[in-house]
Formats: sequence, structure tokens, C-alpha cells
Amino acid sequence: MTIALRVENLSKAFRIATGPQGGQLLGERLKSSVKSWWDTLRGRRLQRQEFWALKNVSFEVQAGDAVGIVGRNGAGKSTLLKILSRVVEPTSGSADYFGRMGSLLEVGTGFHAELSGRENIFLNGSILGMCRREIQKKFDEIVEFAEIGPFLDTPVKRYSSGMYVKLAFAVAAHLDPDILVLDEVLAVGDAKFQKKCLGKMKNVAAQGRTVLFVSHDMAAVRRLCNRGVMLSKGQVVKTGTADEIVELYLATEGDVARPNTWLAISQVPRSGGNRQAQFTELRFSSGQEAGIISGGPLHVHLRIHAEDNLVVDRVAVALYDRHGMKLLNADTAPMQQTIPLLQGENEVAMEIESLPLLPGNYIMGLLLSKQPSTHFDYIESACEIEVAPAPDDGIRPTNDGFIRCQYRLHPIHTAPLPESTPRIYTL
Amino acid sequence: MLGLDWMILLEVDVSTIPTILRPSHEPENNSSASSEKEELASITKLAKPHTRIAPRSGWQIINIKELSQSWELLWFLTWRDIKVRYKQATLGLAWALLQPLANVAVFVIFFGRMGGLSAGVENYLLFVLCGVLPWMFFGNAIASAGNSILSNERLVTKIYFPRLLVPLSSIGAAGFDFLVGVGLLVAALIWYGQWGGASVALAPLILGVMVLATIGIGSFLSAVIVLQRDVRHILPFLMQVWMFATPAIYLSPESFGPTSSAILPLNPAHGLILNFRAALLGQPLDWYALGVSTAVTLIVLVGGLFVFRRCEKSFADVI
Repeated sequence: MTIALRVENLSKAFRIATGPQGGQLLGERLKSSVKSWWDTLRGRRLQRQEFWALKNVSFEVQAGDAVGIVGRNGAGKSTLLKILSRVVEPTSGSADYFGRMGSLLEVGTGFHAELSGRENIFLNGSILGMCRREIQKKFDEIVEFAEIGPFLDTPVKRYSSGMYVKLAFAVAAHLDPDILVLDEVLAVGDAKFQKKCLGKMKNVAAQGRTVLFVSHDMAAVRRLCNRGVMLSKGQVVKTGTADEIVELYLATEGDVARPNTWLAISQVPRSGGNRQAQFTELRFSSGQEAGIISGGPLHVHLRIHAEDNLVVDRVAVALYDRHGMKLLNADTAPMQQTIPLLQGENEVAMEIESLPLLPGNYIMGLLLSKQPSTHFDYIESACEIEVAPAPDDGIRPTNDGFIRCQYRLHPIHTAPLPESTPRIYTL
Repeated sequence: MLGLDWMILLEVDVSTIPTILRPSHEPENNSSASSEKEELASITKLAKPHTRIAPRSGWQIINIKELSQSWELLWFLTWRDIKVRYKQATLGLAWALLQPLANVAVFVIFFGRMGGLSAGVENYLLFVLCGVLPWMFFGNAIASAGNSILSNERLVTKIYFPRLLVPLSSIGAAGFDFLVGVGLLVAALIWYGQWGGASVALAPLILGVMVLATIGIGSFLSAVIVLQRDVRHILPFLMQVWMFATPAIYLSPESFGPTSSAILPLNPAHGLILNFRAALLGQPLDWYALGVSTAVTLIVLVGGLFVFRRCEKSFADVI
């Protein structure tokens, strides 16, 4: 194997100003700013507190690997990508790479709103490092990929955000880099286009090129990458296969809550409620040892602390997708059911018989209220749960939607099969 | 073809990798053994170019190799600046002519007629035109280059390319306006029959020195403005004062005393504009002023690029 990228003891410190900034006299502030300005001009280190965004990061990437870089916000992922794409300089350490690097830290870098699509292709291509002849050669391909044909000579400020993103990605995707660096840029654009981009990136990796990909979307990391690097607090925790790294991330760093364990939610941000009665803990399970399975049961146990003896009539458990779209709402409101709460601790269980959601991560929200208008507690995002595929689901297509359904196909006018019984596909 | 084990290569000190393959921004250091080097050269010919990312020392003023590979990008950035400026204006390119004309009118009416500064000048309108055009280039180039890094913040924080291209492209766009103005100037020279003859050939050279001065000052200011935003607010005022402190634009050279004549060329704009006009009109050149202004230009150029170089690595952190 050949090495495409080698990172050795890479560190990056940012200086954070300390001490009061506001209350000083104008003269003093002016003096200190002139001094700091003069010091910076002379390249001198200021006496300020340092924050290490990256500390002694080392890893190697083989040519042809697609590497997912995962970690929480602030783990140093973006700083690492910025250093690798040479936007910021490391404080110490080094990185060596072989071949041409194309980095896409943001979609549409260098696009100018006043210029037309055609002009922006040339400008952006040139900024990304293509020469004019190369852009000309790939021009038609880019236009086709971006699906902007009729709007080629319209200023991009008149584009919809979707078109803008498509065009920007199209230019970057045709850079043909040996190493492609991507920072969560696929979070934008419609699902069809995202799929197209992932396909294009997979092609890039299949051609023996190298991809470095930062994402919070573990499903995308799993799908796209074969290797992974996990960062935490600026340091490499582990390198390994993408599956290993995703597992580790979900187990230790992820926001995904673990099934069958009590989770304290008193401190979770609220969206409303007078808190006379409030959710303190939740535990969800499938009723068995295993985690939540698509199509299987979801039991949510809720501990509620009441200030006084109360009667409520709405306990609701809702599931949202990552964009905040409410997918289902298990709500007692239509049942006209009253639930008496005693002063102190209470526990209720909401049992969803079969969860009609496809595998993926979902956000759980909770509501406790008394109709018509008394909200006791309202949490839009109590925790994130992972729904695993059911064992006999088989391989599902990507971009599969959210909702699970039963379906079957009856061939009616097709060539007769050897055994001429209709095939029924059930899920 | 790339089946070789790069580990072999990476075991060796990077300084032994042939210079062509070394990163363009690393200082050259040719101290390694030659036999090993040749062997490596034969291996690495097949390989992809190697880039090293590491903190660099700030003593190299410009990276000529990297810049020379970026001509196309410089052209595209300049073209963008020009295109965007005239894109939505109804009068479009005509502004490149109207602005100098308006400035000339102000000088002729207020300085020449009302201020009586036209004394001793045969054709004050042509005289001022020859001064205002190069000054407008000088002033606009410095002002726009000075603000360039800050206004291209998104580029600078998201992608790598030689940062110097940003102020250079602003200067290029100001140069385009100037070239349009030159058409006006040539027409005026022919109209008044004041063509200076052979000495006109010197004018482009003088302009070349002026471009160097704008590069030095513009890149200095662009770096300083990123670190200290206050300078941005001082800049328009500074350029206005600078214009009046460049009497070559509006005063006949005969009206300067000996002390002024000795000191004024320390302002590079003064000596260069003075001689630009003299070359165009075929008047005797002031070699002292030209020499001093050129020397000051070279010092400013080196100093400006040096400061830019020192500051550019922290642009993305600070901006």
C-alpha cells in the first residue's frame, strides 16, 4: 500500500484573550492594542492563555482509503481539516501528502453572487486549483452534473439555494484530486442530490483516490468510509475501520442515549412548561435486552416529579428526525385519560407496540400537560435514540425515507416464472 | 505504477527529497548527500508531488515559484473584480472615464481658476489630466488592495492559495481602470498636439515602478487591516491627505522651492507622477526626484511584502 497522507504530532494552539476587556480606560485599551499590534507585527507571542485545538495528532492514510473523521463538536475535526487544506498553519508538527489535494470546507467558496453560473464555474474552478484548459474540458460534465443547464447565464444570486449547492459541489467534484477533503458539506441539498454526491465520492474512492470526510452523520460515515479516526479534545482516540470507529463514537461520545438505562433529564433545555410537575428521568427499551429495532416495540418509562398532587391528561412521547420534523406522536390527549400524580416521584410507562420507523437516529421529545392550557413540562429534545434494522430486513436502499410500511408486489403481466406462484415480498 | 513502498521514502529526511518535489513554501535546503538524492529522484519521478505542511519561518519575502504557478488564478480574480464592479451599473465602463474627468474638472475649476494654481502652466487641463490619472490609479489601487484581504474573508478562511494574489488582483483591477483612462489621455495628447516624442517610452517604466509601490503599500495595509481594523477607517482619510501631499498632481514643478524639491520625492507618488507627466509631454525629467522615489519604492516594496508574509499565516486565525 502507498501512503497518501501522513500526519505527525500535529498541534494547533489558539490564543484566547483573558482579563477584562470592557471596563478599561480608553487610553489603556489603546495602549494595549497598539502594543499587541506591534508584537504581532514582530511575530512575537503574546502573553495570553492558549487553547490547544489539536494536540500531537498523528495518523496515516493509505491511498484509496475513505477516512471518516468523527468526534464531538470542538474535538478538533474542523481545525484538522483546515490545517490539511493549508488554510491555517499548525503551531507544531507536520503533515505530508502526495498528490493534488482538493478541499471543500464550505460549499461555494469563492462564488460571487453577481456572476453567472458559467462565470462562477471558471472562477471557482480556478480557485480550487484547476487550470483553464482543464475547466473547459470538464465544463459540460459539470453543467450536466449540477443540472443547471437553462440557468447557466443567470447570476447565481438568483439561484435557489439547492441549485447553488449543486453547482458548487459539481465544480469541486470534478477537480479530480488525489485527496479529497470534505467538511460536512453534504448536509445541504435535497436527498436525491445528496445521494448523487455520495455516489460521486464513492467513485472518487474507488479510483484509488483518497477521501477525508468529516460528518456527524454516522450513517453516512459508515456508508462512505472504510476507515475512521476518532478525535476527542484535540487528540486521536483511536484509528480503525469505519465500523469500529462509529461503534466507539456512538458508545462513548455520541449523543445517542443507551437503551435500558435511566437517563437524567432534569437539566435538559425546556421549550416551555411551568415545571409544577416535570420529567426527571427516562428509560427506553424494547421490552427485552436488545436495543430498539425497526418495527419492534418501544417502551418509554418516565419519572415525573410533582410539586403537589395534580391531575394531568396529556403525556406525550414524540419522535423527530434530525431536521426537527415530527414523525410520530404517542399522545394520551385523544384518549380522554386522566392521570393523577402524587406529590413527589411518579412513574409512567408509554408503550408503543410497533415502531413504524426505518433504521436511523431519531430525537425523542416529551410533553406533560393538562388540557386546555396548562403546560407542566415540554422538552423538544430529551435524547437521541438509535433504531436498528430488524434482523430479517435484508439490505435496504439508502435514502429510504423514515416510515416503515408493509408492501407486496404481484407480477400480473410478466413472463411466467418457473414456479408460477405469485411472489410476495413481505417486510 | 505507484506500487512502491512510500515508507522507504518516508524513512528518509524530507530534505533529501529532490527540490522539485518539495513543497513550494518550504525554504530550500540543499545540504544532503547526492548519491542518495539521485536514487530518490529516480523513484520519485514516478510518484505524485509531495507537499509538506509545517510551521514555517517568516524570513522568505515572496515565494516566486508558487506565485508563478498562479498567474491564471490572479487573472481570474482580477477579472472577477473588474466584472463585478461594472456589472450592474447602467453606465458600465463609462465610469472609468467619468471619474477621472470629474476629478480633472474639480482641479481645473477650484485649483486652477479659483485658486490660481495654474500660473506658469501652459495647458492646465492637460497638465492636471497627466497627474490625476496616475494618482487615481495609485490611490485606488492602495485603497482597494488595503481592504482586499478583509473583504475576501470567505476565500481566505476556506481555501488555500497564495494570499498575495488578493491584493495583487485589486491592484490589477485598478490598473484596468487606468488603462481605460489612458485612452482618454492619449486622445487628449493628440488633440492638443503635445505628444512628447521618444521620452513617452519612459512612461510605462515609470508606471511599472508605481505598480511596485502600490504592491508594497497595498499588501502592507491589507495585512495590517486584518490585525487592526481601525486602520480601515483611517484609510480613506489617509489617501485624501496623501493626494494633497502630492503636489505633482496640481502644482507646476517651478513653484517648488529647493527644500521642497529635495524632500517631496520621498513620497514615491510625487516623484513618479512628476516624471510620468514630463515623459509624456516631452519635458526634461527630474532625475533626482525619479531616483529618490524609485529607491523609496523599492524599500517600501520589500518592507510591505515582508510584513505581509509575517502576517499572512495568521489571517485565517484572526479574521
